[in-house]
Amino acid sequence: MTTTTPGSRELPATFDQPLNQATLPRWFPWGSLALAVVVAGAVLLPTTGSIAATVVVAALLHLVITGVASGVREGSRKAKDRLVTALVTIAFGIAMVPLVSVVWTVIDNGRHRLDAAFFTQSMFRIVGEGGGALHAIWGTIIVTLIATVISVPIGLMTAVYLVEYGARSRLAKAITFLVDVMTGIPSIVAGLAVAAFFALLFGPSLRIGIMGAIALAILMIPTVVRSTEEMLKLVPNDLREAAYALGVPKWRTVVKVVLRTSLSGIATGVTLAVARVAGETAPLLVTLGLTVGTNFNPLEGRMATLPVFAYYSYTQPGVPAEAGVERAWTAALVLIILVMALNLVARVISRVFSPKTGR
Amino acid sequence: MAKLIDVSDLNIYYGDFLAVEDVNMTIEPRAVTALIGPSGCGKSTFLRTLNRMHEVIPGARVEGKVVMDGQDLYDRDVDPVSVRQHVGMVFQRPNPFPTMSIYENVAAGVRLNAKRMRKKDLDELVERSLRGANLWTEVKDRLDKPGLGLSGGQQQRLCIARAIAIRPSVLLMDEPCSALDPISTLAIEDLIGELKSEYTIVIVTHNMQQAARVSDRTGFFNLSGVGKPGKLVEVDDTSIIFSNPSQKATEDYISGRFG
Repeated sequence: MTTTTPGSRELPATFDQPLNQATLPRWFPWGSLALAVVVAGAVLLPTTGSIAATVVVAALLHLVITGVASGVREGSRKAKDRLVTALVTIAFGIAMVPLVSVVWTVIDNGRHRLDAAFFTQSMFRIVGEGGGALHAIWGTIIVTLIATVISVPIGLMTAVYLVEYGARSRLAKAITFLVDVMTGIPSIVAGLAVAAFFALLFGPSLRIGIMGAIALAILMIPTVVRSTEEMLKLVPNDLREAAYALGVPKWRTVVKVVLRTSLSGIATGVTLAVARVAGETAPLLVTLGLTVGTNFNPLEGRMATLPVFAYYSYTQPGVPAEAGVERAWTAALVLIILVMALNLVARVISRVFSPKTGR
Repeated sequence: MAKLIDVSDLNIYYGDFLAVEDVNMTIEPRAVTALIGPSGCGKSTFLRTLNRMHEVIPGARVEGKVVMDGQDLYDRDVDPVSVRQHVGMVFQRPNPFPTMSIYENVAAGVRLNAKRMRKKDLDELVERSLRGANLWTEVKDRLDKPGLGLSGGQQQRLCIARAIAIRPSVLLMDEPCSALDPISTLAIEDLIGELKSEYTIVIVTHNMQQAARVSDRTGFFNLSGVGKPGKLVEVDDTSIIFSNPSQKATEDYISGRFG
């Protein structure tokens, strides 16, 4: 207890200290980083030649310089702040490394065959150099499209049931739990399940486009349900009540108000789910196989897809091997471009459909 | 068009919880009936039973009778959707549809119900409703702009226009001015005065001056204690309630002597 008497006008003791204190210059973090890089580079590069080791040591050195300099000059609270800021920044850098590295490697290796032939030719009657992935591009588009057509209505309606009709019922809870479990199943399991199911019906070793599409749909449904559910929950109850109060039946309220209001979020979720399954390889390996020619019929015959095409071109490149490997890289690059395009589409869709507030 | 509503022996429940007990009152046509009372006493709950919005909440139910023009709204064969087409409602917070323009918001009652209507008739309906809500002159040049772009007071008048566009017989208002500034409040009070020539209006309000200004009859709801059901203490002409109420509780509440 302090001895201050009630009603005393004295200021607390801490106010005697000035409010300003010693601060490191604004450029200090960058200076510290530059110093760390220069020192680590000068010591390690000539002796070991390892860039990775240099970067790691530079990062540690940066932490030490920051901590010590700030601790001495600014006190422990600021030192902690700067130390954690530096740690977070380094973590961000580490997270970026694989991403940039993958994109860079794929672009670097894939650009050689990013030519017209790659988009206009299939591998039909092609051995060795040349050829293209037209059949695989079409396959990926067809299979993904069918998967979307199957999974979006099911996923959307499941989410509508969960949010609008089954709220808090036991069935809804069970569905939510199973959907969460489904989100976690390995993709190969979906492929094997579909393959086994079709083997029971039509005999073994059948491989057709629709099988792959169903396997992808199984993987897509939980994602669509989850994202749609979250979006529907965001629709304010006021809007539902406003529609009911106008004498609008529940189903029309759901379709024209609730779904319409959350359309932008749902479309974004669906597009991201499509992008996610477009790159699946494992389930397509066991359900679609691979073919060299373009096959537009999902109900008959094997179908090539970009991931599977890349996989086989890499593992069984043929002669000369470089031609096959180059095709594999380019197929991977095209897949990345496709997924990136889908993500951009998702952004455009969400902007177009989002509720407007402008005056 | 305006209708008389006769409420008898109405008990309102949320699940097993009796929220409002034993309401008996008559709501006069072409008049404004105000419902006043402390928070949680069941005014809004009672209001929502008049267009069967109460049962939208899971577990909510009602016992008793609400008779409008000889028809019991809670009869087993009555479709709540058609009740709501005759009894419009304006909510406490303005809630225009965010994806719709001003025009579409007013036309929502028609469009959402997929009623066929010629463009010319719909234009006319929208204009008439917006004029009825005293909003036409302010928005006539920007009907295609989003409804959310309006100010709070304008949004609330937009919601009133939306509610009267379905041409209801009764209009329920749940504290329509509580989120508005005094000028917007005045605009809406003037509007209520005009609307009562055509509609039966029931308004819930916390503002006793407002009740005294706009209403012809006033009902006072009270709560006998925490966790106990609310009940209608008395209902009478507004002038009598505010000058010479028959119940002590009413007088205490109105003069600020409560608790």
